[in-house]
Amino acid sequence: MIFHRDPKRVALLWVLFGAVVSAQGGGASTSARDRAPIDLTGYWVSYVTENWRYRMVTPAKGEYRRIPASRAALPLINAWDPAADERAGNQCRSYGAGNIMSVPGRLHITWQDAGTLKIEADAGTQTRLLHFAPGAATASPGPRTWQGESTATWEPASGGGSLRVVTSNLRAGYLRKNGVPYGERATVTEHFDVAPLEGDGRLLLVTTIVEDPEYLTGPYVVSPHFKKERDGSKWDPAPCSSTW
Amino acid sequence: MLIHLVARRTLGALLLVVLAASTASAQFDFAGSFAPVGTEDVQNDSVPVDYLGLALTDEARARALSYDESQKSMIERQCAGWGAAYLVLGPFGLRVTSQTDPVTNRVVSYTIGAWEDWNEMVIWMDDRPRPSDHALHTQAGFTVGRWEGGALVARTTHVKAGFIRKTGVPLTDQATIDWRIFRHGDLVTVLMVATDPVYLVEPEIVSKSFRLSRTPLDFRAGCVTGYEGREPGDSVPHFAPDRNPFADEFVKLYHLPREAVLGYLETLYPEYRKKIKDSYVPPPPCTESCGAAGNFVIKR
Repeated sequence: MIFHRDPKRVALLWVLFGAVVSAQGGGASTSARDRAPIDLTGYWVSYVTENWRYRMVTPAKGEYRRIPASRAALPLINAWDPAADERAGNQCRSYGAGNIMSVPGRLHITWQDAGTLKIEADAGTQTRLLHFAPGAATASPGPRTWQGESTATWEPASGGGSLRVVTSNLRAGYLRKNGVPYGERATVTEHFDVAPLEGDGRLLLVTTIVEDPEYLTGPYVVSPHFKKERDGSKWDPAPCSSTW
Repeated sequence: MLIHLVARRTLGALLLVVLAASTASAQFDFAGSFAPVGTEDVQNDSVPVDYLGLALTDEARARALSYDESQKSMIERQCAGWGAAYLVLGPFGLRVTSQTDPVTNRVVSYTIGAWEDWNEMVIWMDDRPRPSDHALHTQAGFTVGRWEGGALVARTTHVKAGFIRKTGVPLTDQATIDWRIFRHGDLVTVLMVATDPVYLVEPEIVSKSFRLSRTPLDFRAGCVTGYEGREPGDSVPHFAPDRNPFADEFVKLYHLPREAVLGYLETLYPEYRKKIKDSYVPPPPCTESCGAAGNFVIKR
């Protein structure tokens, strides 16, 4: 046999096989943390240059400009009652996964374990867990929550890559503070990308696609961005508010 | 002999797989038509004075407030068009073509097609050197790109002095614009980071998403000038910066803080929300002259 006669070729074949497995992002022995093509950890601050009027202040009741709201959503939009939300313990409705990345504030991103990325938001003191193990987020879905169940996947590319997150099992929430709704059947797909900024700055871009068969006529796409901060000295947790 | 042949072919096939696997997601197909998604407010041109989301220098603010949109009725300014930043600030989609070297088949450039008031933009992908600083500056500028981490990364220089908002917020010819174009499935997101040493305190960062279109996008014919009531030799319409009659229009309409509407840096960070929390009163629901989505519309 040729393989027996030429050990160099056998070795080359093994090296190539290993390279194929590695290049395709496989490697069952490496964790999601080890395979991370980009580093998302650290403190990040919202830099609000887009949708300012809908994010930095509470818009007027009844306004839903730029959101493809369905007919079914309109009665809810016009009936928004923040005091009723507060009384019912629903003051976190605008801090759910469908909108939390657009709420001005800071993120603290860490690895909870080798297969789970944790995103904490000081606005509304929310915590999101992004599970990399296939099926981990949906294996036994518990009760619906503001942040739902998130499955994460790395999308590596030469010299970098991206993080894709799909979230469902959500508690019904708001896309904006003034009560523009998304329902329990909504799905949130996010793409986390990073870019360098002048000096040693870093920018995090989160392209967010909310799809909801009930309250949206089409995908609602926004792309809030964040600047990297050196430390957590400006971290300032604040509880949810239904009015602000 | 047969075993030798099989082994060689196996090695060759594996090499091809390795090369393909390591480069498969390094680039994406940027040529095609991409329609604007339009669910994000990036144009900010519905009223004459709306500098929300900008970090302007005092000089920029003064110049912006001196701008009168009637300037566009002057025949020599009607077709001046808008600069490179209008790629993400304008309402149009992307019609992208690629140009290849006929010998090597490599992409030499991508061209983003023109719109009625925006010149086409060429992104050179062949590492060509930038022209001299003294070379001609144009509305589109000079753009060189490369692939990096799965994104198309490009930098535009040599822009003509112009605007970063259609409402007269200025940008100098020293400005640079860094682009990062991501593609996730059918969605293309264009990230713009515009830096201007004269008019911007911090870079203006705007991202806009487009969706792959199954049919080629429509395009508008080039601008044609016409008489709009201004005679040659008439003065250039303008305001004294402290007497712009529209300065407080947006402030009153939406109960917005004046410093936010006028583009002060501190208004871009979360701390600012805490500062205005106790003083801000949301506007009442729109009851007359409303847009289709419950927004206020000014009828002039």
